[in-house]
Amino acid sequence: MRTTQVKPKVPETTPVWRHHHILDIDDFTGEEVELVFHTTKAMKEILSRPIKRVPTLRGKTIVTLFYEPSTRTRLSFELAAKNLSADVVNLNASVSSVAKGESLVDTLGTLQALGADIVVMRHPHSGAPYIATRYIEASIVNAGDGWHAHPTQALLDLYTLYEHKQNLKGLKAVIIGDIMHSRVARSNIWGLTTMGIEVTLCCPPTLLPIGLGEEQLPPVNIEPNIELALEGADMVMTLRLQLERQRSGLLPSIREYINLYQLTEARLAKAKPDALVFHPGPINEGVEISPAVAHGPQSVINEQVANGVAVRMALLYLLTGSQK
Amino acid sequence: MPTKVIMTEEDIKRTLARIAHELIERNEFIEDLILVGVHTRGVPLAKRLAANIESFGGVKIPVGTLDISLYRDDLSSLELKPLVKLTDIPATIDGKSIVLVDDVLYTGRSTRAAMDALTDLGRPRLIQLAVLVDRGHRELPIRADYVGKNIPSSKHEEIKVKLKETDGVDEVAIIPTPVAKEGR
Repeated sequence: MRTTQVKPKVPETTPVWRHHHILDIDDFTGEEVELVFHTTKAMKEILSRPIKRVPTLRGKTIVTLFYEPSTRTRLSFELAAKNLSADVVNLNASVSSVAKGESLVDTLGTLQALGADIVVMRHPHSGAPYIATRYIEASIVNAGDGWHAHPTQALLDLYTLYEHKQNLKGLKAVIIGDIMHSRVARSNIWGLTTMGIEVTLCCPPTLLPIGLGEEQLPPVNIEPNIELALEGADMVMTLRLQLERQRSGLLPSIREYINLYQLTEARLAKAKPDALVFHPGPINEGVEISPAVAHGPQSVINEQVANGVAVRMALLYLLTGSQK
Repeated sequence: MPTKVIMTEEDIKRTLARIAHELIERNEFIEDLILVGVHTRGVPLAKRLAANIESFGGVKIPVGTLDISLYRDDLSSLELKPLVKLTDIPATIDGKSIVLVDDVLYTGRSTRAAMDALTDLGRPRLIQLAVLVDRGHRELPIRADYVGKNIPSSKHEEIKVKLKETDGVDEVAIIPTPVAKEGR
């Protein structure tokens, strides 16, 4: 007797995942982002337990290699790794041999010799994690490189949006602020457009990145007027304005920036009533965002931080054992 | 050797009715029972058992789901990661009698992982195991308390359980495989 051939309704493995490194999300498909959402949901259940620990990555060594200061990203990765029972080693460039002049390549050689399985790396130079992949067997996770990319931040932003809206296709997102110097904005533009979200950039023309509108880049709208940009938005993301931008001559004055670009309650009212407010942190309250909005009912800034751990647990899980 | 159906829809239905009766018979304090289905196919089986217990014994038993992917002992050697599904136990398991429900008992490694996953959630009074099929070849000292059908099999065969909820059809089949697959 023959059995009936029926395709299983529930997939049991993760065939869509094909990353050994996470360098940016420009090479993520919508399916892969959905797999990250799915896995993150399960990780959030673990975080809700009294004992937030599963044995999944027992015996794996995860190194955080940070050449730039960071609070939430490094902490979030460390907690994620520990919740999965991995051994975590933190290497802070300012107090290691790096301070004595050791090159990135030599440091990676050391990590390779010590048997690191995953290296979470932040570096001030765009592209550094890509170079790193050539010198180490371990998976590299980009935790921010220069102005270029911050993929795990973009994924946690997308997940936070997904938790509130479920269906992302057709939503409208506005990114306000210093987009030129923002790796968070760059990765978010890739991620949001991959999920079918319309992206509008809003900033003084001097803070707009060059090359927008080129064929190989995702299409975005540009609207320097904040009131017009916010109209009908579902997601509003403000970026930290580094105060030294004024000194470099890109802004006439911080006060003018506040007048024209601060996200205030009055301006937020132009967006949809259920629009969500994002900020990757750290916040300059009273500069790019008013305190009332940052702590208001539409703000999901604290949810972003909480989801960061779950998203990073999901990514570490998906990376383990992946083949180079 | 061709694929052979060893349990039909009717067989599965009768078997689950029998196991539900056994569960009622062997658990004095039935209201302390929680059925926990192991993803994927243990989940619909646990739900069907709970429905049977409700219709035979008039007691509504809570049903939970358990994902064991994060507790597997072979994650590094797998080419494709298992899809992590949601663990959702509706009540505290402290002091309760838990019945783990799974489709096939083979090496016993899934059951080991399931027990580890459960004990991370609390301290049940006891844990029992109910399976639709026991195919032998244990690699750990584990046995089932409730067995639908014992199917002596060779390691060169695959036992495929299909359920309406997950596969659109109720059926257990035995499929010859050219190479011995490491079981779970």
